[in-house]
Amino acid sequence: MHTLRLAALSAGLKAKKFSSAELTRGFLQRIAAHDKQLNAFVTVAEESALKQANAADARLAKGQAVALTGVPLAQKDIFCTQGVKTTCGSKMLANFIAPYSATVVQRCDDAGMVMLGKTNMDEFAMGSSNETSYFGPVRNPYDLNAVPGGSSGGSAAAVAARLAPIATGTDTGGSIRQPAALCNLTGLKPTYGRVSRYGMIAFASSLDQGGPMARSAEDVALLMNVIAGFDSNDSTSVDTPVPDYTADLTKSLAGLRIGIPKEFFGQGLDTKVEQVIRDALKQYERLGAKIKEISLPNSGLSVPTYYVVAPAECSSNLSRFDGVRYGYRCDQPVDLVDLYKRSRGEGFGAEVKRRIMIGTYALSSGYYDAYYLKAQKLRRLISDDFKNAYKEIDVIMGPTSPTVAFNLGEKTDDPVTMYLSDIYTIAVNLAGIPGMSIPVGFVGQRPVGLQLMGNYFDEARLLNIAHQYQQATDWHLRAPKGFE
Amino acid sequence: MSLSKADVEKIAHLARLAISEQDIELYSRNLSNILALVEQMNKVDTSAVLPMAHPLDTAQRLRDDVVTETNQRETFQAIAPQVDCGLYLVPQVLE
Amino acid sequence: MEWEPVIGLEIHAQLATKSKIFSGAATAYGAEPNTQACAIDLGMPGVLPVLNKEAVRMAVKFGLAVGAKIAPRSVFARKNYFYPDLPKGYQISQYELPIVGKGSIVIELDDGVTKTVGITRAHLEEDAGKSLHEDFHGMTGIDLNRAGTPLLEIVSEPDMRSAKEAVAYMKRIHSLVRYLEICDGNMQEGSFRCDANVSVRPKGQEKFGTRAELKNINSFRFVERAILHEIERQIELIEGGGKVKQETRLYDPDKDETRAMRSKEEAMDYRYFPDPDLLPVELDAAFISGVKATLPELPDQKKERFVAQYGLSTYDAGVLTATREMANYFEQVADVCKSPKLAAELGDGRSVRPTE
Repeated sequence: MHTLRLAALSAGLKAKKFSSAELTRGFLQRIAAHDKQLNAFVTVAEESALKQANAADARLAKGQAVALTGVPLAQKDIFCTQGVKTTCGSKMLANFIAPYSATVVQRCDDAGMVMLGKTNMDEFAMGSSNETSYFGPVRNPYDLNAVPGGSSGGSAAAVAARLAPIATGTDTGGSIRQPAALCNLTGLKPTYGRVSRYGMIAFASSLDQGGPMARSAEDVALLMNVIAGFDSNDSTSVDTPVPDYTADLTKSLAGLRIGIPKEFFGQGLDTKVEQVIRDALKQYERLGAKIKEISLPNSGLSVPTYYVVAPAECSSNLSRFDGVRYGYRCDQPVDLVDLYKRSRGEGFGAEVKRRIMIGTYALSSGYYDAYYLKAQKLRRLISDDFKNAYKEIDVIMGPTSPTVAFNLGEKTDDPVTMYLSDIYTIAVNLAGIPGMSIPVGFVGQRPVGLQLMGNYFDEARLLNIAHQYQQATDWHLRAPKGFE
Repeated sequence: MSLSKADVEKIAHLARLAISEQDIELYSRNLSNILALVEQMNKVDTSAVLPMAHPLDTAQRLRDDVVTETNQRETFQAIAPQVDCGLYLVPQVLE
Repeated sequence: MEWEPVIGLEIHAQLATKSKIFSGAATAYGAEPNTQACAIDLGMPGVLPVLNKEAVRMAVKFGLAVGAKIAPRSVFARKNYFYPDLPKGYQISQYELPIVGKGSIVIELDDGVTKTVGITRAHLEEDAGKSLHEDFHGMTGIDLNRAGTPLLEIVSEPDMRSAKEAVAYMKRIHSLVRYLEICDGNMQEGSFRCDANVSVRPKGQEKFGTRAELKNINSFRFVERAILHEIERQIELIEGGGKVKQETRLYDPDKDETRAMRSKEEAMDYRYFPDPDLLPVELDAAFISGVKATLPELPDQKKERFVAQYGLSTYDAGVLTATREMANYFEQVADVCKSPKLAAELGDGRSVRPTE
């Protein structure tokens, strides 16, 4: 059953080939058997999962099921889940049980989905390798010496290893797409405002967006149908109609105009990765698409821009973790300042502290204009590049990551080197457009992802473009050895 | 821009982060490297560009003035480090 | 040497909404501690603010009443600092683009002289919680019921030249917000509070002196006394060869003195930036004219009408229109007894105090 994808799972449940409880127990057993190797889960919610499965079975029996009723999933541990620990990968929240559920979680619950557990992640989603988690690194199922990518590394590893049929991730600078690429998955970062941020612990509010990570574009579309849509609890949520994301999957790609930004194929891109990407583009030509070289002239400055905007917002977003109302509190504080400094100093890891300090500095008196305001201006230029490009093309394609998965420990000593692994994904977040990564091949045993970047609210088209490729190829079906 | 030890101490204080003496040097090196990366921004003249605070060009939605919340003090304070008589406790605050 | 005080006031008026500015928690005063602090007010991880329409309407109402320009686009910003009564570690306020721009109000002094005081701006923000300093095993207790209550911060120009003028201005604003029914004006409960910026300069000098900020003065009497004391302190300091420090001082009504606040000793760097959880507030002409239509007769208009309609002296009309309740009472009595003069005497307490 663990090899089935969402449509088959849903059909099997409705045809009573298996129950949700059987399905859930099956995945829980797989987690118990395999996750010691991977460390993909921070919390396995066995008890509540079986309860949800039984409720789903009752609903299925009554004929009240919707598309994904009874289908298990894993939630990234950044989404608040009432009654189940939400750690955000941090010592600060190691024992935190949220008093409410995130909108995304609520929607999955309402659809009758079963939450298997909460997946490991870089601390507060700050990282590209899942090595900043307080709960230890996650390993890549395709090569246990490699990182799974980050920050949604636990979700990526869990789905790739068939420990969960699908999972949620969040993407602030590439945190869905880069781990999807490194773990041979299909991941979608929707348009900013398409999926509610309520209850998703904020890293950088103007960049964060949740989305699905799955083994096919169709699965992503099915989960998007559940989680996307307006939420009155989120002021930045967009109140425009949500399409059925599966409706356009089968459309032909004949005449599709693909833009290839020359800036995404320059120095820094691994030549073997480039070859795999070029082969994938040829496949699109065979599917009837026309390819055109374009330029996103300011995209080269997305990493510097991002490392002002994201830390600035995070420095403020993370101020609430102060040891007063919830979360970690230091022992025996001598006074208030000591309470703050030690609770935060001991509760946050090094990468989180670095980013808080960079952001604090960028916003501080005398530096605001040179850093924060400058970055906001560049953000407009970077966004405008995309707006201009979409005047003559339908979708932009390029590599998701400049290299395949790197080895554990390879980049942990040098933050800047680590930051550059997101060089191709960050511009999408700055602009707020949707982005995807799909599996297009391997270098050795490590997967390569192709990035698709669409215009605002063009998720359905991206899913169609991804699905058509997956109808013609089987890269996305290749399971990691030992996890088939 | 390279950050001195004193700069790092000042920033850490502003951000209320305890940083141990032996870590300060590492942080000042790391942060200086990050700032060097960030300063590539200066390659582009942005004097005529409007800052962009947000990816969406829309306005704030307004909520009706209705009380929708009920008292959940017990739930909220069950996860608090220290409470008494319904109050969150902190070391004495001097005004 | 003759010294001239220069005074500007920052008034914080709690807006009389039912729910908080960014959450659906109640704003009612006097509830058990932390029973009206919801997940959003507590700054729980993952929560987000959504702006209360009524708070916006009330701010616009005030702006229209002081002849100010209402900003077609205003922006909420975060003011970052750590304090236990500030759950998120930042206060959501407005900084560069406030909702209410420049306006003015006319104050009248005891001798009948009138003076126009400029209003620099008024902006929306959220109130903080309360620190209770009674001894909880040597600790401070935090009640966050007040956190998130909408505030309108009304900033005056440094136009006042005496403690008396400052009090007259404060009373005028107090009367106005109650006329507009946007604030209950209850100073004991902290619904209407004031900070005063005070400096002195040699009379005739153009340049302002260094100012001290007096925090949280919550009665008209204390405003006058706090300012008088601060003026005296500054003059004595300068004449003794000292210099006024730019600092925040707290008025202690028991000792009748001001003292520097320890918690504000270090220079604050608030790191303001636009709140990414909130979008710009855009108000169109229809919204503004909709609010305009709800404006009541304002004190000055009422006063003029009382003079014209009832033949009252300017003084009597001024006394009778000081509060909306008094003016309504007068009009009811005047209609019944058909003698405005007698009604006026009844109304302003020269003969009988109104009991209702």
